Amino acid sequence: MAGQAQKPELLLDIRKLRIEATVYPPGEAPKNIVLVHDVSLSLKRGRVLGLIGESGAGKSTIGLSAMGYGRGGVRITGGEVMLNGRDILQSGKRGIRKLRGKEVCYVAQSAAAAFNPAHKLMDQVIEASLEHGTGTRAQAEKRAVELFRKLSLPDPENIGERYPHQVSGGQLQRVMTAMALCSEPDLIVFDEPTTALDVTTQIDVLAAIKDAIRDTGVAALYITHDLAVVAQVSDEIMVLRHGRLVEWGGTQQIIKEPRQEYTNALVSVHEITHDEQVPGEAPFLSVKNVTAAYGRGGPKVLKDVSVDIYPGQTLAVVGESGSGKSTLARAITGLLPPEQGTVTFDGRPLANRLADRPKEDLRQLQMIYQMADVAMNPRQTVGTIIGRPLEFYFGMRGAERDRRVAELLDKIEMGKGFADRYPAELSGGQKQRVCIARSLAAKPKLIICDEVTSALDPLVANGILKLLLGLQKEEQVAYLFITHDLATVKSIADSIAVMYRGEVVRYGPKSKVLAPPFDDYTDLLLSSVPEMEIGWLEKAIKGRRMESAGN
Amino acid sequence: MLDIRRIPIPALIGLILTALFLIAAIFAPLIAPYGNGQIVGDVWEPMSSTYLLGTDNLGRDLLSRMIYGARITIFIAVLATALSFSLGAILGFTAAVVGGWFDTLMSRFVDLLMAIPTLIFGLVVLSVLPSTIVTLIMVMGLLDSTRVYRLSRAVAVDINVMDFVEAAKLRGEGTVWIIFREILPNALSPLISELGLRFIYAVLFLSALSFLGLGVQPPNADWGGMVKENKDGIVFGIPAALIPAAAIAALAISVNLVADWILNRTTSLKGGRG
Amino acid sequence: MSSPILKLIAQRIALGVLLLLAVSVLIFAGTQILPGDVAQSILGQSATPESLANLRAELGLNEPAYVRYFTWLGGILTGDLGTALSSGQDIATSIGGRLWNTLFLAFWAAVVSIPLAISLGLLAVRYRNGWVDKLISGLALASTSFPEFFIGYLLVYFFAVKWQLFPGISTVYDGMPFLARMQAIALPAAVLTLVVLAHMMRMTRAAILNVMQSAYIETAELKGLSAIDVIRRHAFPNAIAPIINVVMLNLAFLIVGVVVVEVIFVYPGMGQYLVDHVAKRDVPVVQAVGLIFAAVYITLNIVADIGAIVANPRLRHPK
Repeated sequence: MAGQAQKPELLLDIRKLRIEATVYPPGEAPKNIVLVHDVSLSLKRGRVLGLIGESGAGKSTIGLSAMGYGRGGVRITGGEVMLNGRDILQSGKRGIRKLRGKEVCYVAQSAAAAFNPAHKLMDQVIEASLEHGTGTRAQAEKRAVELFRKLSLPDPENIGERYPHQVSGGQLQRVMTAMALCSEPDLIVFDEPTTALDVTTQIDVLAAIKDAIRDTGVAALYITHDLAVVAQVSDEIMVLRHGRLVEWGGTQQIIKEPRQEYTNALVSVHEITHDEQVPGEAPFLSVKNVTAAYGRGGPKVLKDVSVDIYPGQTLAVVGESGSGKSTLARAITGLLPPEQGTVTFDGRPLANRLADRPKEDLRQLQMIYQMADVAMNPRQTVGTIIGRPLEFYFGMRGAERDRRVAELLDKIEMGKGFADRYPAELSGGQKQRVCIARSLAAKPKLIICDEVTSALDPLVANGILKLLLGLQKEEQVAYLFITHDLATVKSIADSIAVMYRGEVVRYGPKSKVLAPPFDDYTDLLLSSVPEMEIGWLEKAIKGRRMESAGN
Repeated sequence: MLDIRRIPIPALIGLILTALFLIAAIFAPLIAPYGNGQIVGDVWEPMSSTYLLGTDNLGRDLLSRMIYGARITIFIAVLATALSFSLGAILGFTAAVVGGWFDTLMSRFVDLLMAIPTLIFGLVVLSVLPSTIVTLIMVMGLLDSTRVYRLSRAVAVDINVMDFVEAAKLRGEGTVWIIFREILPNALSPLISELGLRFIYAVLFLSALSFLGLGVQPPNADWGGMVKENKDGIVFGIPAALIPAAAIAALAISVNLVADWILNRTTSLKGGRG
Repeated sequence: MSSPILKLIAQRIALGVLLLLAVSVLIFAGTQILPGDVAQSILGQSATPESLANLRAELGLNEPAYVRYFTWLGGILTGDLGTALSSGQDIATSIGGRLWNTLFLAFWAAVVSIPLAISLGLLAVRYRNGWVDKLISGLALASTSFPEFFIGYLLVYFFAVKWQLFPGISTVYDGMPFLARMQAIALPAAVLTLVVLAHMMRMTRAAILNVMQSAYIETAELKGLSAIDVIRRHAFPNAIAPIINVVMLNLAFLIVGVVVVEVIFVYPGMGQYLVDHVAKRDVPVVQAVGLIFAAVYITLNIVADIGAIVANPRLRHPK
């Protein structure tokens, strides 16, 4: 290899990259679509470039092109990918194989899926080194153990003897980083490496990755949709949208002085103004000492939980996966009857079981789900979906119903032309809006929102939150807002309940819950939410009092 | 809505052949040149302009026998499929939605029935039952309903846990609405394709039974029975038995092609219009 | 090999034994479902009262059904399958040689079809959507649509009658030389192979494709491994369990196919024996042979499940 002796300062230089794919729309002829439109970027040795954008921005596709790889029929149809001074697109299959795993390594979003369940971690970590002959087995294993230690994995000497399913998600993500570093590559492509993790685990993994990059001097392409995360690790940030470059600059410039409107929108995505409302005189719904478990004698998923919801206000229930926050919603709706405790509504107890509740009670409690596409019957039109509660609860038919459906569509900022569409013909944000309209149709007092924005891109999610807040003012509906995302909570809640392992560890009006002194868990949770601030990561890690569950 | 030019060629062939077989079955007495049991010539005469497919082991016109055979084969297979399908689908859907002891009991019983190969259990039961067409339809339909049950239950269970069904339950909808308005429309495409496969299986099962001499009894014959009647000719180089056998294969392939197309067509719509 | 695995395997075997017991009840009940009298239906309307009474006594029909069941089951467990009504011969003796013949036939069909199907399945994955792949899905369509006797008589018509390469009737006898025996079973084994081959290929293909779509295959590709190494090191270990499943399922098809194929080739095996005695309404023989077929079928399913358990790394290396 020519470039090996004197490695050029410019490691990666992508020029006018064009990437296409063939799609097969049902009932139509296959057609070509362009995923990446002539994007250029360059990366110096040892630097970190963050690629950021919403889904469909082409950021993963560009990242993988640095390895000459197209996922699922994606083709690189134009441009040059210069790596260490040569165009890898011209180096043929064998040439590309030689650089993968040696010059460029990859860290996937879900390490749990990216590790082969049939082999020990160590064998997989050192596989690329052995394949490319960068050292003997013993040398590679020694280096792997060093990397395990550097990434603060527990028991670095022996963790390699385990199988992927025997290690937690956060640890696996670090093992994957060690795997990428093991063959001493020049460049690592990180593809959303912390997105699938809980927020308190994310910060540890992020810190470990950052240290490892700094200590080994490897260059990196860091792909993510979260600007605050990428701001912690990158020297430069490139903003992409629909496969085109929006803006490219130093991290400080991008997050503090964005030049493009789109970048500005991404930076200020969490800024929603909502004044906290003081709790009214009496809550209309009270959860009192509720304990619940799946199956008789199963582990308790909810332990002695009590919260109140006031008319027209928002209670945010925040917690990580396994905290019992969604179970609380199931207990309130009657899907999972509590073992102990009661739910009172308008001063009278609600029946525990869904089947025992009168129609009027069901109408008053509506629910919106995380995945809007499975929350709607794909064989029903939007009109039917929104119209059904009108028929069911109010006996509306014909023109009267259609008029009301049009009104509701108007409320969710969609035209009445949508009434004849099927869910498959809507975008993610539109689907969630239809679900909101469906719940509003029942004229409920309470809507339970279960992670309603977490499957959406930040800007779309922002729109949904604004819509929900506006509707609350208009309709005087209360929300029980279940989320893992503290930024969302800060923007919309009136009161907050923090849940941890089935218990409410902190509860009260937003201003009180978010003001010190904190209990250890709330402190951990709050300090783990990435802030759009260079150097936040180091500060947060230093200031922590409690180890996160991922360790 | 359905544009003939957009139907892929294999499916078109399947549709046309299936239609031909159906027409032959329905209008058998009008189409067949001779009667079903009518002896018209010598044994195993070769194909000629008088006997387009030759004659069979007793000197009956093979073409006429084939046409009447289509009628018997398709008649029994359709009824057996209808039985297995309605029984299996209703029980499977109910088990999925109702759950509890009914589901457990039904599912364990079906597991048990499926632990014995269908043909073997069919033979065991037919060793004591009278050889009538009604018995055949009942045995074939009941044994095959186990597969329909499994499929419908599995499909319904998958749909039953989707959020939109939960949303309907939270709204307070009854079981009937949930089965017929929420689950059934989404279960239709796998079930329709399965209907085709079950029909093919019924044709093959019936043919096998008749070939073994345990299905339709003489003088009537379905295609499997006709293979049995004429199989002794093979060793003398007389291919008469191959004709009904090929007809079974052709029918099965045509229905298969149609079922494939329906499955692809409906799944590619991803639940949109249609 | 750790203890949770052994426990799972033991559980699976125990479940199989239980299932077999339940199946024996079902098979026994299956021959009792006639509302009337079995003796009457066996002998027909013209039977004399004496012969009816004799047959009833012989069948033990004067006892309640559950007593007859346990007598029957007890006999089977001690190796006594009873005597055939039609010939008066001991069933176990008649079955002995036939069972061996059937297993011999099925064995050779399996020996040919399994490696062939797996390698062709791999080939189809390697050249996905190419003509090999298309040919295989076409063959699979044919094999699910063709009745066994169509393939069987086609082969007989050409190979035995027109070209006279192999016998069209598979006569085998004790002490037959191995090669002669192989020649005799060539055509029936070929039919069985064709019946299961395409199906097995298609399922193998699906199983491997399923594994190839996993994220860890992409990881392996991005390490710079060659296509062969990716399949050998990363896809194959994970495809073992589904492939075992495919193979066992198809062996079960073989069992059923054997019945028809033996009749086509007048091969003296279990299938032929069963069919003959169903026609003669010889209930004890049908029960015994039916139970043996079911036992083989259930055993194959247990083997498949155990294979899947052993091949699962999550179970081999618990947390």
